[in-house]
Amino acid sequence: MVRTYLLLAWTWLRASAQYPGPLIMMVIGSFIVSGLDVAAIWVIFEHVGSLGGFDLAEVMFLYGAAGLSFALSDILFGNVERLSQHIKAGTFDTMLIRPAGAFVQMATDRFSVQRLGRLAQAAVVLAIALPQLGLPAGRAWMIPVMILCGTVIFASIFTLGGAMQFLLTDAPEVANAFTYGGSALTQYPLSVYGNELVKGVTFIVPLAFVNWQPALFVLDRPDPLGLPYWLRFAAPLAAVVLSVAAALAWRAGIRRYRSTGS
Amino acid sequence: MIELNRVGRSFTVGRRKARKTVHAVRDLSFTVEAGEFVGYLGPNGAGKSTTIKMLTGILAPTSGRIQVAGLDPTRRRMALARRIGVVFGQRTTLWWDLPLKDSFELVRHLYKVDQIDFRRRLAELTELLGLAEFMSTPVRQLSLGQRMRGDITAALLHDPAVLVLDEPTIGLDVVSKAAMREFLRHLNADRGTTVLLTTHDLGDIEKLCRRVMVIDHGHLAFDGTLDDLRATAPDEESMEGVVTRLYSG
Repeated sequence: MVRTYLLLAWTWLRASAQYPGPLIMMVIGSFIVSGLDVAAIWVIFEHVGSLGGFDLAEVMFLYGAAGLSFALSDILFGNVERLSQHIKAGTFDTMLIRPAGAFVQMATDRFSVQRLGRLAQAAVVLAIALPQLGLPAGRAWMIPVMILCGTVIFASIFTLGGAMQFLLTDAPEVANAFTYGGSALTQYPLSVYGNELVKGVTFIVPLAFVNWQPALFVLDRPDPLGLPYWLRFAAPLAAVVLSVAAALAWRAGIRRYRSTGS
Repeated sequence: MIELNRVGRSFTVGRRKARKTVHAVRDLSFTVEAGEFVGYLGPNGAGKSTTIKMLTGILAPTSGRIQVAGLDPTRRRMALARRIGVVFGQRTTLWWDLPLKDSFELVRHLYKVDQIDFRRRLAELTELLGLAEFMSTPVRQLSLGQRMRGDITAALLHDPAVLVLDEPTIGLDVVSKAAMREFLRHLNADRGTTVLLTTHDLGDIEKLCRRVMVIDHGHLAFDGTLDDLRATAPDEESMEGVVTRLYSG
């Protein structure tokens, strides 16, 4: 599986390297566009001292961690959301006749370095925020765990979105509400949102575990919404549950695949 | 080699109140023995492509049993992929932006073909299909005829026991078509590869297929030798006439 992934990703990389000009432009473009997000945070802090009870460095930490998780999952699995295009064009059929998993082939489809721009931007933000927070090792160990779990959670949401397209071939955008919407949501402290929404993204679509809950532990903050303390350590559980659900949904989708005419 | 036992595939189409069930294939049974060359004919929408997709594991049948090369296509899709070759005339499995030879190299890795076998087979296919002159050309720059030859090669590099072709001669000029037919004839006669071919080109059928199956409205309207098919009609009637009558039921 990993070998096939690397092989296909490498093949697509070489294919995209046939057009180096546009490739470089897109990396720079995505770096700049995602950089505007940070500018927006700065503008907010010009006017207010804190956001949902969190200061600038803390918000940048939340932003950077979520951004890193999202960028990683987007690079590795984001192309799964292109499934409906492949179903409509009939090219999904050609994936199914190869001796390789359809998921690996979809995930690596048009694998390109263009999304590295967003990854670099998130890493820069995190690198600026971390020294200012001066975290002790006793809490900082959670950071790699939360980034890994966040990546798995976003990857699972991408997969669920892809699996949904087996049924809703005409509405791939429905999934975007959860992937790109989830990415935007987790950029800010969840305390700025309403109570109901936070409970929804904690217990239904577990976006709160991408960064919010583990970050409360890292920053040693009480939960503004008073949810139980143990939730701070529940990110791995949420990641495992969601990825199992995603895998089952994908398999069910393949079984129900109807192909197109001709 | 290929065995269908009372296979059906239905689709529900339309939304809500207008919903209805369409039977693309119903109660279809046939067997293709090793080494046969079978033409699979039928008008548009008769169920040809649906059958091919079920044989190759793309679509799961809604009823009945299928065995191809000893495997259930839906359950053992990836294992089956290593034993059969599939060519869709209307879509390529080659890498659009990469030289042709890179696609073959990828096939070698994906199908885990032994390096020595791979070189030998590629050399043989290069010779037979005349690939040498465009081996380093990106696939997007190939003519349709060249691309088809590339696709056939990619489908045969792992030495499959069965080759399934869905309209392989569509859009090809007379010369390319003749070359393609000669190659397929050789593959079946000299290598013993079982071939199942769908086509709308009756020339393909007349030149290649000893056995013909005609599908119409999801079930077999005819299954027999080419001579049997001709014998169903008056002496002077052309092949077109025979098939037209079968299609219109």
